[in-house]
Amino acid sequence: MQFLKLVLRNALRHRLRTALTLLGLVVAILSFGLLQTVVDAWYAGAAGAAPTRLVTRNAVSLVFHLPLSYRDQIRAVDGVRAVSHATWFAGIYQDPKNFFPQFAIEPRTYFAMYPEYLVAQPEFTAFLRDRKGAVIGRKIADTYHLTVGDPLPLRGTIYPGTWEFTVSAIYDGIDTKTDTSQMFFHWEYLNETIKKRAGRQVDQVGVYLVDVTDMDRVAEVSRAIDALFKNSLAETLTETERAFQIGFVKQTEALVIAIRIVSYVVIVIILAVMANTMAMTARERLSEYATLKALGFSPGYVASLIVGESVAIAVIGAVIGIVATFPVANWFAAKVGTIFPVFEISGETVVLQIACALGVGVVSAVAPGRRAATIKIVEGLRAIG
Amino acid sequence: MNETAAPPTLIDIRNLAKSYRRGGQIVPVLTDITLEVRKGDFLGLMGPSGSGKSTLLNLIAGIDKPDAGEILFDGVDITRLSETALADWRAGTVGFIFQFYNLIPVLTAFENVELPLTLTRLTRRERREHVETALELVGLSDRLSHYPSELSGGQQQRVAIARAIIADPRLIVADEPTGDLDRHSAEEVLTLMDRLNTDLGKTIVMVTHDRRAADQAHAIMYLDKGELSTSADVHERSLR
Repeated sequence: MQFLKLVLRNALRHRLRTALTLLGLVVAILSFGLLQTVVDAWYAGAAGAAPTRLVTRNAVSLVFHLPLSYRDQIRAVDGVRAVSHATWFAGIYQDPKNFFPQFAIEPRTYFAMYPEYLVAQPEFTAFLRDRKGAVIGRKIADTYHLTVGDPLPLRGTIYPGTWEFTVSAIYDGIDTKTDTSQMFFHWEYLNETIKKRAGRQVDQVGVYLVDVTDMDRVAEVSRAIDALFKNSLAETLTETERAFQIGFVKQTEALVIAIRIVSYVVIVIILAVMANTMAMTARERLSEYATLKALGFSPGYVASLIVGESVAIAVIGAVIGIVATFPVANWFAAKVGTIFPVFEISGETVVLQIACALGVGVVSAVAPGRRAATIKIVEGLRAIG
Repeated sequence: MNETAAPPTLIDIRNLAKSYRRGGQIVPVLTDITLEVRKGDFLGLMGPSGSGKSTLLNLIAGIDKPDAGEILFDGVDITRLSETALADWRAGTVGFIFQFYNLIPVLTAFENVELPLTLTRLTRRERREHVETALELVGLSDRLSHYPSELSGGQQQRVAIARAIIADPRLIVADEPTGDLDRHSAEEVLTLMDRLNTDLGKTIVMVTHDRRAADQAHAIMYLDKGELSTSADVHERSLR
């Protein structure tokens, strides 16, 4: 009890200094959590990928599409349970900054393959009946205040012109990690419109989505699909959905690495600040530590007083920082809209925040703790606080 | 026979030497000191600044190590004890009174006095009883929950005295105990120390510059240039 009393009272001795150190810790832990969450958000697509789902795309580039005729050939490959397809649309809703992904899909097979997207059956039926219908995620609906029945005009960028859609359904995610910032509409509508305009991309799709019967056969099926179209005009590259998603992240990997580095730099900076605070604190109290040692307290006890104080400050800072991360992350997610489909603080991030705070607390106290423990009593008694 | 009636030797210092290194040079502080302190003695150590009296006190109290010589405390050479053993020895044997009190500012008078007892196996209730008795002895039973900053210098030194005696040590070392006090407070502290010696039988070794404080001691020894003398001549010579 005496130990805890001393630790806590020492921590509150210079209230302004402790408050400023705590403020620094809170900001550092909060920033660290936020930056880690940004990195997690980058990888959210890959994290949400199912292990049995494959993506088959044009081997040259995603820019080049694949013939619709491949669908039945892929479906016939041994080990394939289902095939669907999706085509990137890249339309603009009202303003270019209102970004959210839009895909032209084959509705029945697509939603069957993605059970994590929950759509109410009556709404889904209405979507199937309306060729211009669209299914939008809850996040889009909330961000742009859209409800079922609302018109949803998009200005095409890849496919020029104004495209009229109606919100037929709003899907929710099966959990908070599910991306609900996407819009799906009928590929038939896209294809027929291209036909009318005599476009070159008639009967073409962006990528095929392949559901494999057995996770152990993923590699084998991938090879079989690509072998089917070897030496054709549109050779394919089949990879797991996770690898496909990571491929996107890789394009901006330098940025992700930079964010990750910055998040740790923030921790190193607060470590330096905290170490300086603890060094000052211990230097001021050398005569007290010497007195304690003269009275018979061990060097370890004296060192643990400093470590305890440092860890106590770090833990308080961590708790406030972690608690503050949640509302700040929510505010940040609202501000960035649908840029990050999933922006959720993971348990791993919270654990990292705690670990970093404890690390800062302990490491900051190592040098001053060692000094207080090893200083000769007579020298300590002469020290002026 | 007087010899049989004399109290037993508590501290037997033999050929003690201590030097410090200053700027690459070795400066001898104590040279071949031999001294005997009997149980119940109240010894005053005087001498000019830098004469080595505080160094000698620190060595006797086991908070510094000599270069050579022995300090036998009740037959045990404390210079040969490990740091841990020495810390345990100090906790159970020595009470400290410092010039600047050296109280822990974040602890109350009660908690400061209780501090040495937290190293013992006494229960919380027993500790409370001991602390209350000690603070009553020094006349501060109405200041239990006061922090050092809320007490006068004399009161702080009395708290320090209570802390020094709380674990019932056999030896009390006092380094300039009245050096930071006004005359009235100094007299109070000296009276208290006299009571510790006469009423409680505590052996006291006190370093002081103050002649009035030294007069409280039963015996005075003088240190000058690292050498010990029972004669005041050394002291007076140094003052001249």
